[in-house]
Amino acid sequence: MATAVSNIKFREPQIEMSHGAGGKASRRLVEGLFAPLLFGSSTGPLGDAALVQINGTKIAITTDSFVVKPLRFPGGSIGELAINGTVNDLAVSGARAEAIVVTFVLEAGLPTEILEAEVRAMADAAELAGVRIAGGDTKVVEHGKADGMYVTTTGIGRLLSGVEISPQFVRPGDKVLLSGPVGDHGITILFARGDLDLEAELRSDTRSVFPLVQALVRDAGAGVRWMRDPTRGGVATSLNELARDCGLGIVLFEEEVPIRDSVRGACELLGLDPLHIANEGQFLAVVSSESAESALQALRQVPGGAEAKMIGEVREQPAGAVLVTTLYGGSRLVDMLVGDPLPRIC
Amino acid sequence: MKFVDEFRAPELIAKAGEEIRKLADPDRHYRIMEVCGGHTHAIYRFGLKDLLPHNVELIHGPGCPVCVLPMGRIDDGLSLAAQPDFIFAAFGDMMRVPGTHGSPLEYKARGTDVRIVYSPADALKLARNHPEKHVMFFAIGFETTAPSTALTLMRAKAEGLNNFSVFCNHVTIIPAIRAILDSPDMRLDGFVGPGHVSTVIGCRPYDWIAKDEGKPVVVSGFEPLDILQSIVMLLRQLRNSEARVENQYKRVVPWEGNRAALRAMAEVFELRPYFEWRGLGFISQSALKIRQSYAPWDAEQRFTVPGVRVTDPKAAQCGEVLKGVLKPAQCKLFGHECTPEQPVGALMVSSEGSCAAYYNYEHRKPISIANAATH
Amino acid sequence: MCLAIPGRVVAIDSQDTHLATVDVVGVRRKVDLGLLQDAPPVPGDWVLIHVGFAMSKISEADAAEQMETLTMLGEAAAALEEVRGYGLENEVPDYSTRRWKQ
Repeated sequence: MATAVSNIKFREPQIEMSHGAGGKASRRLVEGLFAPLLFGSSTGPLGDAALVQINGTKIAITTDSFVVKPLRFPGGSIGELAINGTVNDLAVSGARAEAIVVTFVLEAGLPTEILEAEVRAMADAAELAGVRIAGGDTKVVEHGKADGMYVTTTGIGRLLSGVEISPQFVRPGDKVLLSGPVGDHGITILFARGDLDLEAELRSDTRSVFPLVQALVRDAGAGVRWMRDPTRGGVATSLNELARDCGLGIVLFEEEVPIRDSVRGACELLGLDPLHIANEGQFLAVVSSESAESALQALRQVPGGAEAKMIGEVREQPAGAVLVTTLYGGSRLVDMLVGDPLPRIC
Repeated sequence: MKFVDEFRAPELIAKAGEEIRKLADPDRHYRIMEVCGGHTHAIYRFGLKDLLPHNVELIHGPGCPVCVLPMGRIDDGLSLAAQPDFIFAAFGDMMRVPGTHGSPLEYKARGTDVRIVYSPADALKLARNHPEKHVMFFAIGFETTAPSTALTLMRAKAEGLNNFSVFCNHVTIIPAIRAILDSPDMRLDGFVGPGHVSTVIGCRPYDWIAKDEGKPVVVSGFEPLDILQSIVMLLRQLRNSEARVENQYKRVVPWEGNRAALRAMAEVFELRPYFEWRGLGFISQSALKIRQSYAPWDAEQRFTVPGVRVTDPKAAQCGEVLKGVLKPAQCKLFGHECTPEQPVGALMVSSEGSCAAYYNYEHRKPISIANAATH
Repeated sequence: MCLAIPGRVVAIDSQDTHLATVDVVGVRRKVDLGLLQDAPPVPGDWVLIHVGFAMSKISEADAAEQMETLTMLGEAAAALEEVRGYGLENEVPDYSTRRWKQ
């Protein structure tokens, strides 16, 4: 016990909102407090899911909590996010989701019809994703807590054959693929909150990315080095994590990053970087340069994969960081997100 | 995006970069200051420094309204927000700025009703929708933003809306430029002028910089081509030993400014005799306060404000970086005690502050990638 | 102080005529036209938006002229060089600086 305690690097006196935002502060909490106490000395880089061996079979297991406000928004609701989010965490770990268990923390006073709508949404999303909801738990807390409802989903899945992914396998020259346009979810939520009085024809992109992952793995096999779903903190945060974990540099080509006009317009208006905005229906993959072109075509053949692009490549420099370059030769570093993206006027 | 994408055309940017390299006298070292924080942000965001030759140096000026706001003013504003049934509304830029007891976001996490607004009009709308609460808009910004606050106050008065007030921290740009030029350790060749401030005040207010100080000023837009073209225009003047005010941003900036905006400002605001600028000290006639005729909507006249003064740690060299005397990386605290996540000084606190912009976008860039144009 | 974006005026609000719906590539917001009351914009005009207020009308003509100037960068100098070869320096206007004079 004494050895574990001395490994605690997390020194902050209290928990702040930023610790849950998915960026640097979250990483400090996980690496500095949870990892030394919970994960033991054999912690490698932290991925979206954990791999467990049971009698020779590799099982992936993951869990995620959903505390989104508002509960419903164009394109989805907390129910869909809860199912798709866990299915996707398993998918980008190279696993097919087999079963999910659900925990509800409900606020006393929540109208039943709202709960029913979410449960229906979860059932539909699970059916679409081909995953079984195996059980769950419910707790009710006092009025004023839980923002209506909090949902946690825990999922298990079996690893697809031929998948061996880790930041350690990433090499200079590897290509970075993105399944579709950035920012749809985060901007939809921002608008749905209503504080900014902005409107657009935008929907959350929440969906299961498993069919896309499956097509990629079938085509590229061992050429797939690493995958992640860029949720909170966006593409920039996920790729910075990879850069740190593999010690190499990632160079992105700004014009190649797919983005809808209205997401771009919202980001320009509010001074936000699209690379920091959350996505709920996309995934990033790093593949070997030989397999990249074919892998991209394979993705584009899948319904929902038509907008997949190659957005960058891995290089020696800038080591541990992500650089965005433009057609005209300018470049800038892009870091992990610190808290939630905030609109600015300056 | 119309009026945006054309000014990001790669071939034209390359041409402008080429023109800059031709115009820059290899025997001279040019120090050009961009005054506005928005330009600082654009320069880093578009990686424009990569396109400039080594002897054209961009110095970041003090036009960052968040950066120059003394911590005491944030403490004052947040102390008012501690009252019951009070809503503290501010732009997103303010949300992470640390006061002595925390930033607005940290106050929000502890239970204060803090709201992010995109517009002062949205703060007024909050007041209309919540008659049982008092909404205080914490106003920041230069002359670009002040007219919008002014119009909002005029609308509040016209509606007789009693549960709304403004805590006014608007500052003016000319005194800041004067403070820079009065600085004995400052050597500048010319200015990239603040394009959006100029949509309000026009181009005449910069005449004295050209006539009395002998430095050219080019009022510039914010797209890559705007900024590069402005540098071309400055270099041309410098090559011909000229010092004039020019308007590069003609599609948007009227030479005489915006009369209606200036009228609104005159109706609602008057100049404070002096105001403290973080890093620059007290500057006279440099900030706006709300007139007596709008007293019921002035948070400082309506409520008792502590009037806290907080001095910056001596080790923080914000003043010298603000004046362009030191580069961000030359401050002893840069990157160690002072980072965007844990800012000590003013310039790390806002994403357009020179230290934050440099830290986020540039300082770990390998040299082989920066200045690629000259290799 | 400086984030301002071009948007197209779509419609003037029928009740509050100082408000207009402005479109930025599909994102819409009510924008206050009060600062442009001396020459109010009409639907189809482009305005510069800052914190929900229209600051200025955008001149398409000036934008086009600027584009032309930028396109000609470098070419004006080359043309001058050629003309110099004819020994006519004193009679030829200096194209490179002409456009920027007020």
